Amino acid sequence: MENLIALLVAAPLAGAALLLCGGRRLDRAGHWIGTLLALGSFALAVPLFTELLGRDAEHRTLHQHLFSWIPVGGFQADVAFQLDQLSMTFVLLITGVGSLIHIYSIGYMEHDERRRRFFGYLNLFLAAMLLLVLADNYLLLYVGWEGVGLASYLLIGFWQHKPSAATAAKKAFLVNRVGDVGLSIAIMLMFTTFGTFAFGPVLGAAGETSEGKLTAIGVMLLLAACGKSAQVPLQSWLGDAMEGPTPVSALIHAATMVTAGVYLITRSGAIFNGAPDAQTAVVVVGAVTLLFGAIVGCAKDDIKKALAGSTMSQIGYMILAAGLGPIGYAFAIMHLVTHGFFKAGLFLGAGSVMHGMNDEVDMRRYGGLRKYMPVTFITFGLGYLAIIGFPGLSGFFSKDKIIEAAFAKGGTEGWILGGAALLGAAITAFYMTRVMLMTFFGEERWRKAPTPSPAEPSVEPAAETRGEYTPPHPHESPRSMTIPMILLAVGSVFAGGLFSINEAFVTWLEPVTSVDHGHPPLSASAITTATIVVMVLGVGLACLQYGRKPVPAVAPRGSLLTRAARRDLLQDDFNHVVLVRGGGELTRALVQLDHSVVDGAVNGTAASMGGLSGRLRQAQNGFARSYAVQMLGGAAVLIAVTLLMRGV
Amino acid sequence: MNPVNYLYLAALLFTIGAAGVLIRRNAIVVFMCIELMLNACNLAFVVFSRMHGNLDGQIIAFFTMVVAAAEVVVGLAIIVSIFRTRHTASVDDASLMKL
Amino acid sequence: MTTTSLAAAASTGEAVQFWILGTVAVIGALCTILMRRAVHSALSLAGTMIVLAVFYLANGAYFLGIVQIVVYTGAIMMLFLFVVMLVGVTAADSLKETLKGQRWLAAACGLGFGILLIAGIGNASLRHFNGLGEANAGGNVQGLAALIFTKYVFAFEVTGALLITAAVGAMVLTHRERTEREKTQREQSEARIREGKQIPPLPAPGVYARHNAVDVPGLLPDGTPSELTVNPTLRERGQIRDVSGAALDELKALEQRSEERLGRSEEAKR
Repeated sequence: MENLIALLVAAPLAGAALLLCGGRRLDRAGHWIGTLLALGSFALAVPLFTELLGRDAEHRTLHQHLFSWIPVGGFQADVAFQLDQLSMTFVLLITGVGSLIHIYSIGYMEHDERRRRFFGYLNLFLAAMLLLVLADNYLLLYVGWEGVGLASYLLIGFWQHKPSAATAAKKAFLVNRVGDVGLSIAIMLMFTTFGTFAFGPVLGAAGETSEGKLTAIGVMLLLAACGKSAQVPLQSWLGDAMEGPTPVSALIHAATMVTAGVYLITRSGAIFNGAPDAQTAVVVVGAVTLLFGAIVGCAKDDIKKALAGSTMSQIGYMILAAGLGPIGYAFAIMHLVTHGFFKAGLFLGAGSVMHGMNDEVDMRRYGGLRKYMPVTFITFGLGYLAIIGFPGLSGFFSKDKIIEAAFAKGGTEGWILGGAALLGAAITAFYMTRVMLMTFFGEERWRKAPTPSPAEPSVEPAAETRGEYTPPHPHESPRSMTIPMILLAVGSVFAGGLFSINEAFVTWLEPVTSVDHGHPPLSASAITTATIVVMVLGVGLACLQYGRKPVPAVAPRGSLLTRAARRDLLQDDFNHVVLVRGGGELTRALVQLDHSVVDGAVNGTAASMGGLSGRLRQAQNGFARSYAVQMLGGAAVLIAVTLLMRGV
Repeated sequence: MNPVNYLYLAALLFTIGAAGVLIRRNAIVVFMCIELMLNACNLAFVVFSRMHGNLDGQIIAFFTMVVAAAEVVVGLAIIVSIFRTRHTASVDDASLMKL
Repeated sequence: MTTTSLAAAASTGEAVQFWILGTVAVIGALCTILMRRAVHSALSLAGTMIVLAVFYLANGAYFLGIVQIVVYTGAIMMLFLFVVMLVGVTAADSLKETLKGQRWLAAACGLGFGILLIAGIGNASLRHFNGLGEANAGGNVQGLAALIFTKYVFAFEVTGALLITAAVGAMVLTHRERTEREKTQREQSEARIREGKQIPPLPAPGVYARHNAVDVPGLLPDGTPSELTVNPTLRERGQIRDVSGAALDELKALEQRSEERLGRSEEAKR
């Protein structure tokens, strides 16, 4: 059974190689090959899952050693896989959601002439992501980590003819690189501390290592997680990453890749358990990001960017939970899985709407679409109910547990974190209701020609829209797109409930993440009630603002907070001022320093040497008699020294 | 009289020879000054031989003479050859070994 | 030279000899470096060397004393003189210093060196002299020979090799090999005509001049001396007699005197 693990990775990798090297001959069959190999990987994952289920809880870890990669003295890097409960969960999520999105892409990318390449990149992403979660050491994990970064870069910039897409791809790559440096430093620290970077020995020895070292490793791992999972302060790339095709946003920037940071922190739980300071940093990052993303999500008119803000916020929940330690690990992963279902479903729904609306993304140009695309409306609506935590749907179970765990942290800290999580839940309900109302309800604003927006005066209306405006003809998407949406909607409805029966999910993960239930200061039912109340408040507020009044087709100027949130809470401005301009100034200062001090010292030495040589050259006049004088003088000095030494 | 006076004489002759090497430009005269210095050394060796009561100093002086003879032969040949090509025996004119 | 003179303290006779001959040696050395003409320098040096030979004899180095006279004064100094003649016996050196500061540096270094050397000798405790009485008991030459052919035999062999090398080197340095066939007279005249610079033979010296000697340049019809008429070697050495101004007057006076003498002798003959 162990030998199948490598095939999980190999199948999509083969697909990527085939599609990317196969050339135009595969243009007609490329998308089928890619989809089949993704499905094949899923088909391999299922028997492995049943195999694990059939074993005792203690023996549910499979290993496969493929080959020794870099054997250099004490430095042993193996290509080896480890399939345990945590990896298995991710494998099922990645291959399952991945396959559905492959199917969806068949319809979504139908008219794109580079569809084969797109599927090649998707397969490459699957392979890299599976490598990331299946690796049994940090170095191999790093390979997968870089691989998903590469695939993300290629897919965000898939429509590279658009300068915005090309720029967004570069931005994502560069910001991710900052995090990657953190991961590489963490791996080096591990090697110097433990002498290895395989999961087993590192995590086993973490308990006996000094807290300082563990904190250093933990902070570096957190930096890596921030980069990959778009957490504050490395969050700025995720919004721009929506320039990629919508299936990419659904798969990579909602369901799987951005959750790699959560995987990393959960996997390294033993390290964080020994480093309370690093854990504090993690929860602070998580809490800040969950509010940050939620506020950004409230202000965005671009449906995908609103969802991106939501993704950031939800991953903030997961990071918060992961930072809580054994109280939260299992719930972080559980929320990750349910989020994978409903957020992928929401993105696919958004893609379906865009598909029917001539690729319009501005929600102010939508409205009343429920009549025209009923399947999309229902699946999107179920996803919506799931994410706001409607009782009984999956988001309810997972998010409620995280809030509970946050309170269970105890003390003032627990109250602050729990309060932030509750506030986040209210804002989530608000912005998701806003998206829902602006898209599917209300006046059909797309019938009228757009007017230039005062908020964004730079956006010039296209020439044809000014003269003869033809409104789009909203229609339901083809079957290949609706079926994955339906399946994901089913998942977002039932997954949470299924996981919570007898705490099945928590029990399943327990051997890996060591569950600790903790004691919240309030009773569980009180917290649940509070969660439901804030959710209802958020929904009600959104209904008041966007349901009762007609939504303006042009965004109003809005309050200071709104305007800041529209600009992603000024994150890019911050980066520009602090990093770009500050870095520029620093570089200029360093260049100045280099010119004056370093070059000055070097050139000064050279010049003084040259001057000295010029002086000494005078002695070398070529006249034998001058040399003879020097020799005689030297001899006299020698005699003098000899006499003096004898005298002493 | 103490025989050590011979040594003072040798030192004086040696110094005079050295000064001659430094101030004369004619290569032949420079050569003669070198011979004078060698002879001063020989005198010192002979006196040392007397001082120590053995003949080793004289042997050294003897070898010095042989080497001086060889040196004169080669040196004068060089001077003749320089004079042939440059029509001068001044050591200052052979100052090409500089930048 | 008796063995008594080789005792620790020299006899009064030796002291007198030392002070007289030592003065001569120093004067000879000074003359060597101060004489403008190389011939005078060489002769002064020869004198100094003979004095040194006497000192060798006085110090019991009989063999070296003789060798000094035979080899140094007889052979080496004559070689010097020979080369001086070859290079130009009459050319006097200018004692004007051309290198800037050379004379001062030389004086400083020389004085410092000499003072240090003499101070070093004075400082050393060289009071005790063994004398060569025992070493020279079996004869000085026999003693030297015993040492040269036993203890110093390798050095002796090596100096022999050095002498041979020096002889070969001197030959190599002074030997000029003809690398091309000598031109025939016909070829020479043909080349001269082809160049067209000086077709007839060069004019003879002294022709139309006031004085007919090889070192007096011939005068051209306009009265100017022609450098072409004298031997190039003399020209190189700068030994051409000046035929203008005071030199001419001097020459005229000389001729007058000789004429008078000739006239007198002629008169006497008559």
